[in-house]
Amino acid sequence: MRIAAAAIAIAIGLLVLAGYFVPPLAGIQALLLNWAILLAGVAALMGIFNLVAVHSEKIRTRAPGSVYSAVLLISLALTFAVALILKPSHPAMQVLVSGVIVPVEAALMAIISVSLLVAAIHLLRKRVDVMSVVFLVTALLILAGSLSLPSGQIPVLGDTLRPWLTKVLSLGGARGILIGVALGSLTTGLRVLFGLDRPYGGK
Amino acid sequence: MGELAVVILSILGLLGLTLWRARSRGRFRPIPAFTRLQRLIGLSVEEGTRLHVSLGRSGLLTSRGGASLAGLATLRALTERTAVGDRPPVATTGDPTLALLTQDTLKAGYQAAAAEDLYVPTTARLSGLTPFSYAAGAMPVMREENVSANLLIGGFGPEAALLTDAALRVGVPTIGATDDLAAQSILYAAAQEPLIGEELFAAGAYLAADPAHAASLTLQDILRWLLVLFLLGGAALKLLGAL
Repeated sequence: MRIAAAAIAIAIGLLVLAGYFVPPLAGIQALLLNWAILLAGVAALMGIFNLVAVHSEKIRTRAPGSVYSAVLLISLALTFAVALILKPSHPAMQVLVSGVIVPVEAALMAIISVSLLVAAIHLLRKRVDVMSVVFLVTALLILAGSLSLPSGQIPVLGDTLRPWLTKVLSLGGARGILIGVALGSLTTGLRVLFGLDRPYGGK
Repeated sequence: MGELAVVILSILGLLGLTLWRARSRGRFRPIPAFTRLQRLIGLSVEEGTRLHVSLGRSGLLTSRGGASLAGLATLRALTERTAVGDRPPVATTGDPTLALLTQDTLKAGYQAAAAEDLYVPTTARLSGLTPFSYAAGAMPVMREENVSANLLIGGFGPEAALLTDAALRVGVPTIGATDDLAAQSILYAAAQEPLIGEELFAAGAYLAADPAHAASLTLQDILRWLLVLFLLGGAALKLLGAL
């Protein structure tokens, strides 16, 4: 059974891959990808069950922070009930999203700037080497070069050094990293596609 | 046709190299992050603490699925080695499809370690469905679950800063690897041991003695050298044409 499942998975994976190169297979590829999108929708539902199970367990065992778990579950149930009755496009649901979720996410985004400052201080204290110094100096130069002062940009830094750093040095490095990531993705994908590596799905 | 040729050559190369690597294991250059990870795995088993593996939020249906697959391979290797410890590893994700596979990977790791009875389904968690809710859900794990090391491996964005900050506050070391450039720069500054670029995909080979992982690394090196030659050749031809 396990071998049959692996064979079907490999065959379907190959069909989807072939769809990119063989135009007559594009229709089958689209159909299979649509099925995958449907399955991803079901996975979202199962993910919510997982979330409920984890937080119910925390409440049951009175684990630290179980109060927050209770708040989460109550909010989840209320939102789900309201969305079920009013439908997700109802103005009240939009208020719930734009009045609660968006501000909370914006606040977390704002915290990132503080986190990055802490990370920079941490880097200077814990890992003082040439690359760390280059990293921080480059970040500071680009920040300073991006400043908009009443008198305009800082001469040389804003109009010459910063564009050179971002468009030549950092772009070159970024492309190098992205090529490495692309090659890694390709070989990892092929490894999984051919069943040479199956981290999930049994022994 | 060029892309098809690359894919076919890669497939043939991967299959051939896997057969070759099954006979001759080869040696890898030392990467400090993996050396430290090996030590942290041993410490977690000895001290009865947990490893927290966060696999990011890249779904398998997106172009960033490769990073998630690399994370799953790492999780599998870690689970096999820590399954018999007092506290099993806990894994968090921010994508539902990845969460399902994470559960399955943890279970498979326990089965491979002949410790299936110890598997607890709630150790694989979907901590949130948006980038920041995912981070907000994963942060308390470091504080409340006796975690001794964090491994952030997979597709992250700027929310990686929140995770590393939470780890820093509780004094837990973080090893980080991702495919996203912004998150890589964050991890470079904030993680104790960052992994750069394609090192993300090397984790499986360093942690598991598996010929397919070793073959995959060798193939990456070959393809990279070919690309370097093509780029240099192209630049040289352009220069010659301009002269």
